[in-house]
Amino acid sequence: MTDRPNKIARRPFVAELLRHRGNALIVTGLGSPTWDCFAAGDSPEYLYSWGGMGLAVPTALGLALAQPARRVVAITGDGEMMMGLGSLAVVGDQAPKNLAVLVLDNEKFGETGRQRGLTAGRTDITAVAKGCGFRATMTVTEQGAAAELAQLLFKKPGPVLGVAKIAVTEDPWALPEKDGATIAHRFRTALGLEKT
Amino acid sequence: MPSPASHWSHDVFRAMKARDIVTVCTVPDGGLTKLLDLIEADGKIGLVTLSSEQEGIGIATGCWLGGQRAVVAMQSSGVGNCINALGLPLAYRAPCLMLITMRGQWGEFNPWQVPMGQAAKPTLEAMGVKCFPVDKADEVGETFAAAADLAFNSRTSAAVLVSQRIVGAKGFGQK
Repeated sequence: MTDRPNKIARRPFVAELLRHRGNALIVTGLGSPTWDCFAAGDSPEYLYSWGGMGLAVPTALGLALAQPARRVVAITGDGEMMMGLGSLAVVGDQAPKNLAVLVLDNEKFGETGRQRGLTAGRTDITAVAKGCGFRATMTVTEQGAAAELAQLLFKKPGPVLGVAKIAVTEDPWALPEKDGATIAHRFRTALGLEKT
Repeated sequence: MPSPASHWSHDVFRAMKARDIVTVCTVPDGGLTKLLDLIEADGKIGLVTLSSEQEGIGIATGCWLGGQRAVVAMQSSGVGNCINALGLPLAYRAPCLMLITMRGQWGEFNPWQVPMGQAAKPTLEAMGVKCFPVDKADEVGETFAAAADLAFNSRTSAAVLVSQRIVGAKGFGQK
């Protein structure tokens, strides 16, 4: 909960974060986080989603369990995270060292008309993550905090969770492939699990 | 009830091992106790305890995207928690294997179990899941094996529904 409006411009912020990605696998939550990651530069190592609200963290957890040598980072929105809040307890219980979660938190349901979200009130997702046994958490409110947040997301032993308090912005449409089978095939090919 | 030595859970466990299933996601059910005990004792299959069954659908999908096989084990009431989530493996054309022990069915004592128990199979089918009901204990293993092969080889969602007739109705101390 902050008194002043969120300042971080999401598109350049996500792009800056992803410059630190290395070979981490990215799982994007439905809606704007998917558009943000695609707008920052497409990669077969991004697993896009267009649905399955509440399942970004579970999907990333499954991936992290199956690929223990790879860093896995879920990048999702506050509404999507709230719908899957229980999954933070599952992550805390499994405690995968290679898993990180980033919540892009504009405190609104951005895709549906910017209705007020639960994080606009007293809900603090980092406190929930801490309570579930995450090793480290961070809330950032400044554009300049991207490098520090990237350190947490891509380097620190997981599970870790960051919340970026992003502004409500009007960004150009940036829509990736939406056929799930195509996305999965491309992703698994990048992991050497399928042939082109 | 079958004798402990021939319990269907051993057959399912063997079928899991033979198919390289390395993760079992679960909200436990009384009917799954034996199987979950076998998995814990084995120590090689990862047990993922869920807060809600829908998480298991996401985790199993993520496991497959990363090159591993998982199964989601739940009580029939958990099917209702999975409805929207079942669209995820469908969209990715990922396999999704479920083992469901039934309530609200054969001799149920608790009326609160009946609505979702009775709706489990039609709900799964409405979400494109191939259902394999089984009501004989000695057929659970082979049914699970067949459902697993269908799911992983044909990249579809499949559920084995273990009848309450096999699991046994919970008596709540009543005769």
